[in-house]
Amino acid sequence: MEAEVKDKIVSIEKPELVAPPDWKPVIMGILCNWCSYAGSDLTGTSRMQYPPNIRIIRVPCSSRVDPWFIIKALQTTADGVLISGCHPGDCHYISGNYYARRRFLVTKELLKMVGFHEHRVQYSWVSAAEGAKFAQVVKKVTEDVVKLGPLHLYKKENFSK
Amino acid sequence: MARVGVFVCFCGANIADFVDVPTVVEEAKKIREVKFAIDYKYMCSDPGQQMIRDAIVQHRLTSIVVAACSPRMHEKTFRKALSDAGMNPYLLEVANIREHSSWVHQKDKKAATEKAGDLVRMAVAKSIANEQLHEISVPVTKRALVIGGGIAGIQAALDIADARIPVTLVERSPSIGGRMAQLDETFPTLDCSQCILTPKMVDVASHPYIELIPYSEVIELNGYVGNYKAKIRKKASYVNFKTCTGCGACWQKCPVKVPNEYNCGIDTRKAIYTPFPQAVPNKPVIDAEHCTMLLKGKCGICAKVCEKGSIDYKMVDEVIEREIGAVVVATGYDLWDATPYEEYGVGRYKDIINSLEFERMVSANGPTGGVPVRPSDGKVPKTVVFIKCVGSRDKAKGIEFCSKICCMYTAKHAILLHHKVHDSRAYIFYMDIRAAGKGYEEFVNRAQVETGAVYLRGRVSKIYQKGDKLMVRGEDGQLGQEVEVEADLVVLATAVIPYKENPALARLLGISYDKYGYLSEAHPKLRPVETAKAGIFLAGCTQAPKDIPDTVAQASACAAKVCGLFAGDTMKKDPMISTVNNEFCSGCQNCVQVCPYQAIVTEEIPLGHGAKEMRTVAKINEGVCQGCGSCVAICRSMAITLAGFTDPQIINEIVAI
Repeated sequence: MEAEVKDKIVSIEKPELVAPPDWKPVIMGILCNWCSYAGSDLTGTSRMQYPPNIRIIRVPCSSRVDPWFIIKALQTTADGVLISGCHPGDCHYISGNYYARRRFLVTKELLKMVGFHEHRVQYSWVSAAEGAKFAQVVKKVTEDVVKLGPLHLYKKENFSK
Repeated sequence: MARVGVFVCFCGANIADFVDVPTVVEEAKKIREVKFAIDYKYMCSDPGQQMIRDAIVQHRLTSIVVAACSPRMHEKTFRKALSDAGMNPYLLEVANIREHSSWVHQKDKKAATEKAGDLVRMAVAKSIANEQLHEISVPVTKRALVIGGGIAGIQAALDIADARIPVTLVERSPSIGGRMAQLDETFPTLDCSQCILTPKMVDVASHPYIELIPYSEVIELNGYVGNYKAKIRKKASYVNFKTCTGCGACWQKCPVKVPNEYNCGIDTRKAIYTPFPQAVPNKPVIDAEHCTMLLKGKCGICAKVCEKGSIDYKMVDEVIEREIGAVVVATGYDLWDATPYEEYGVGRYKDIINSLEFERMVSANGPTGGVPVRPSDGKVPKTVVFIKCVGSRDKAKGIEFCSKICCMYTAKHAILLHHKVHDSRAYIFYMDIRAAGKGYEEFVNRAQVETGAVYLRGRVSKIYQKGDKLMVRGEDGQLGQEVEVEADLVVLATAVIPYKENPALARLLGISYDKYGYLSEAHPKLRPVETAKAGIFLAGCTQAPKDIPDTVAQASACAAKVCGLFAGDTMKKDPMISTVNNEFCSGCQNCVQVCPYQAIVTEEIPLGHGAKEMRTVAKINEGVCQGCGSCVAICRSMAITLAGFTDPQIINEIVAI
């Protein structure tokens, strides 16, 4: 029963909207300074390649990420959002990523409830040593978002019209 | 109206080969707020920085965006350039177009250029919302706390105290000295360990700037760098150290015998004891777990024989508080229990011992008077098999790392065995000989040539008893065949593991540790003595296995770090911290709960201007706040801002593309 309802909710996103040929997805990546941002730097230093759709924002800790940022990004510029922090237990700020993890779980449920596909917003834990993992994560998120197509749901411009 | 300057770096070919830099500059010029945009080959070079300085003055810029490498690399450099030009350094934003664009999109120049343009737009948008920030000065308490009184703690304490900075040295056992006090001679010079260690121990006890608190443990640490408050529990020793002369009458008469930790349990000590004759302080303590007077209320012999009346059975644990500015952690190591090596018969055969037990036996002040004997029958062994890497470098046993010191001490043991029992022979099973160190390789050669020690490259598969001998079956990898050695004694070089309570201590101090329990340094190469928590440093085997020279070097490095920290009366701190806007704060105290540093307290302020009624608001201690931003995200009334990462800054970035 519950699963049925969830399926129906997900269908709010309209897959029949075909992506224009010049469409390039935009992924907003919000990374913590100490692990994931350093990890993404390592990806660069090791010259590992990943799709060029991600735009990275640096925050001190994943616990700084307000759900508002995710909603704002989906509303305005982004087709998908990636939040990444230190591995649970490794937080530079002792326990910040635990708060972040809880907040993300709730946010994700909320976004699913209003109709976003769950792949639009993804979370990962990437340490400062995991350059290869960061490249993989970005590849996966980009592929997922490409499959979903452009995000029209709740875009600001749709409201203004 | 903001006036932003954009400076795009070629980074030689690093950026320019994969991003069309002039296009990025043109894109930047299209942004309304950008009043000046230029590219240069190396922005971080002196002429590059001069360009920034000149443009700030010429174009009256209000914020600066440098599109170059990661801000983790050169943010400080460019901030300095800003302050040199008289601009607040925190008006700088760095667009990371190297690590995040040119290096990761090398096959698609168009997309990389587009992305670089976006990153610049985001940085410009953020920089418009940047505010002038100022470094925070925090007062410093000039006293260091050293945890652990082994050679690492001793060296750190002495070096810090020699710089006339007071030190509190906390040691969990009744005497300082640690593992080094248990060693006989040290590689590669065969110096007597006690002879070089005990003068340092005496120095610690007599140093005017060192406060030695033995038989105690740190139980609490609050505060932040420069301003920590430590609680130290001084365990009840049941002996008044002020009147005790250390004459020894008490432990001679004490009837209770307990396995002696100092000698690895080979012989016994009394329930009232000093760990070893050269102990510092040389005052006995009563072991409350074994003393019959304390357990059952019967005996009291020590009190009767003590002429000074120093014994006090009613003594209780005492909590001492100290205000300190920095902490050096030097908790040392333990040896791994080799019981999981069932094929060796560890635990079943008495004549299999570990290397520290062997060390105690060959030690002149050891339980056997310096002669190795077989624990089973007390005979002097003629053939001794040493097995290296027992536990270490063995994934199956869960310890992947190399214990680092075993190759060298096993060579030393071969030499010591030869010195003590002239007609003996050592057989050494090894995986590799790792003798990297000054005079180390020569020392191993000496062991092979001088003593005739037989080095067999291979693992031991089985040990079994035959008569009163132990048969050691292993492989000689160089001959490619199985060998069997008839041994009188087997010595296992078991893995060096961290002090078992390291994880608990790490949690108490708020620092991290790895899967083995070794405390983690801030950076494996460039910050090997600091932890991720400012003001807490690591020395010796608490961080990773290491030998005495490395330990002493790291301890001295800790001392240099502590002295550097205490060089001024105040300390500079990053201004990226949270502040509360009292007008919006509803006093819900969610932030108080999430703060990992207990930096947020509550305060009472008047309900309105001049009102008598009070209301509660949150207040952030700027010295304690580390700027994680947990409180900002949890705040439901948006009353908290984190300088440098404010909501307007981040939202600007999000909507800028």
